[in-house]
Amino acid sequence: MTAATARRHGVRRGLWILLLLAPGAAVMTLFVVVPVLGAFADAFRSFQGPRPTGWVGFANLRDVIFVAPYAAATWRALWHNVLVFASLMVVQNGLAYLIAFALLKALPGHRVHQVIVFLPVVLSAIVVGILWKELLNPIFGAVNELLALTGIQGPPWLGDASTALGSIIATNAWHWMGFPALIFLAAMQRIPKETLEAARIDGATDRVLMARIIWPLVAPATTIVVILTFIGSFNWFELPYVMTGLDGSPGGATDVLGLLFYRTAFGGVSSGLEDFGHGSALAVLMFIVVAAVSAVALRILRAREIEL
Amino acid sequence: MTERNRLAWQLLLGANAVVMIFPLLVMLLSATRTNAEIFASPLGLPTGAAFANVVKVWRETNFPLYLANSLVVTMGSTAAILVFGTMAAYALARYVFRGAGLVYLFFVAGLMLPLKLAIIPLFIQLDTLHLLNTRLGLILIYVAIGLPSAVFILTGFLRTLPGELEESARLDGASELTVMLRIMLPLARPALVIAGIQNAVPIWNDFFFPLVILTSDRLKTLPQGLTIFMGEFNTDWGVLFAGLTLAALPITLVYIVLSRQFIAGLTQGAIK
Repeated sequence: MTAATARRHGVRRGLWILLLLAPGAAVMTLFVVVPVLGAFADAFRSFQGPRPTGWVGFANLRDVIFVAPYAAATWRALWHNVLVFASLMVVQNGLAYLIAFALLKALPGHRVHQVIVFLPVVLSAIVVGILWKELLNPIFGAVNELLALTGIQGPPWLGDASTALGSIIATNAWHWMGFPALIFLAAMQRIPKETLEAARIDGATDRVLMARIIWPLVAPATTIVVILTFIGSFNWFELPYVMTGLDGSPGGATDVLGLLFYRTAFGGVSSGLEDFGHGSALAVLMFIVVAAVSAVALRILRAREIEL
Repeated sequence: MTERNRLAWQLLLGANAVVMIFPLLVMLLSATRTNAEIFASPLGLPTGAAFANVVKVWRETNFPLYLANSLVVTMGSTAAILVFGTMAAYALARYVFRGAGLVYLFFVAGLMLPLKLAIIPLFIQLDTLHLLNTRLGLILIYVAIGLPSAVFILTGFLRTLPGELEESARLDGASELTVMLRIMLPLARPALVIAGIQNAVPIWNDFFFPLVILTSDRLKTLPQGLTIFMGEFNTDWGVLFAGLTLAALPITLVYIVLSRQFIAGLTQGAIK
């Protein structure tokens, strides 16, 4: 091969690689890089409808964090997101860990059970939300009908401020429990059989196995489950949207940052006004909270992971 | 394992299966009953109303339109993600070139970014490009969201393929394109299925982006259509549940057939 043909070959190869990368890189630049950078910039702008009208420095951020009436809504929504995360960790992921341990025993029907437990995960949050909204209907819903069989008068689950958020959290647990369950199961199945056998021979009960032997060995799975649950809890939108509405009724009892962000940016039920400046400030705030907490949590959780 | 112990765990699984299945069963059974029957007793056996309910959903609402829109958007987005994702992943996995590490990072960094939070600039940008309220605008957003995971999975997989096949094809005079399409990609089919499912399911189920991007009724997707449906048939539960059942049916059937791939696809990334 002469130098000239080798060079021509090199140029052709370079063009070929460029051609392979170009469409994907173009879409990523235009629809990820530009908007994400824009999202940070917009938090420092004022808007007239969808048009930016000027820079306002930290005014939007200050408003949503410190100034009435924005701040009260922000803090209440943030607190609800924290409650959602904490409850899902206990109810959804705690149950998932138990179910994973039960599935590990390979009892009859365990394969079918895996398919059943994961079925709600593939359904849309909208289908799940509407379904549970009707199931929780105080008069015609199946839940209160079942409770009535045992002589209990069920409350108007979604209409009562004391039960509304809990009802949506329970719905979320039903929807997603299969996901952490199968992640925990996969991690448990990777523990060497001999380790579990040895513990059994030493007289370890199921409780000891779950708490002392398996728990530290599935630490990487726990890390993933905690982080994903956290991100999911702070992105909560669809379930409260269909179950209690964009205003987070009753009386804001189910308002979360996702709903507040949407209402602020694109207008709510009562006010149709767009406010892109304050909406962007909320988006940046949510981004920072999720990124910062995830980073810290990742450090702490990774530290307790051990190599098998 | 003692007998009592085994029984306790079996009972837990049994109870859990009932809790998981029962709501879906109520949905299915209610779809076969009239409104009056449901309101008289929420839990009851099927009656003959299924056909009437389904006909009403199909004829008197935009359900078929929403279903078709969902199919077009999901298939279009998934196809574009797989094509662009495979192209980029192939370049990154099978060629050595300067800056490859950075390009890989550029693609994969998108895994960490929740694009929902950039919806305001996306909205403005689509407006400027006259892509607001179009299927193409929605599809482009899904492609941007889907590419990072597709590139991640496919690059990882393509790197594991042996180089000998490629080399011998080249020595036989095959072009780079032929090597890629005829020799290498057929081997990547399992990874393509995983990447496809991982993207198609959330796109099919997505509600947020259509809510913001699409305003014309004729463009709306199924999850979005269902919320309209919920408002319209708030007092006719037989029809409402029939609509829900029909909406859940396609993905449920595909899931039952391909459950292994679905579970692998959706938990991939979470399991190392």
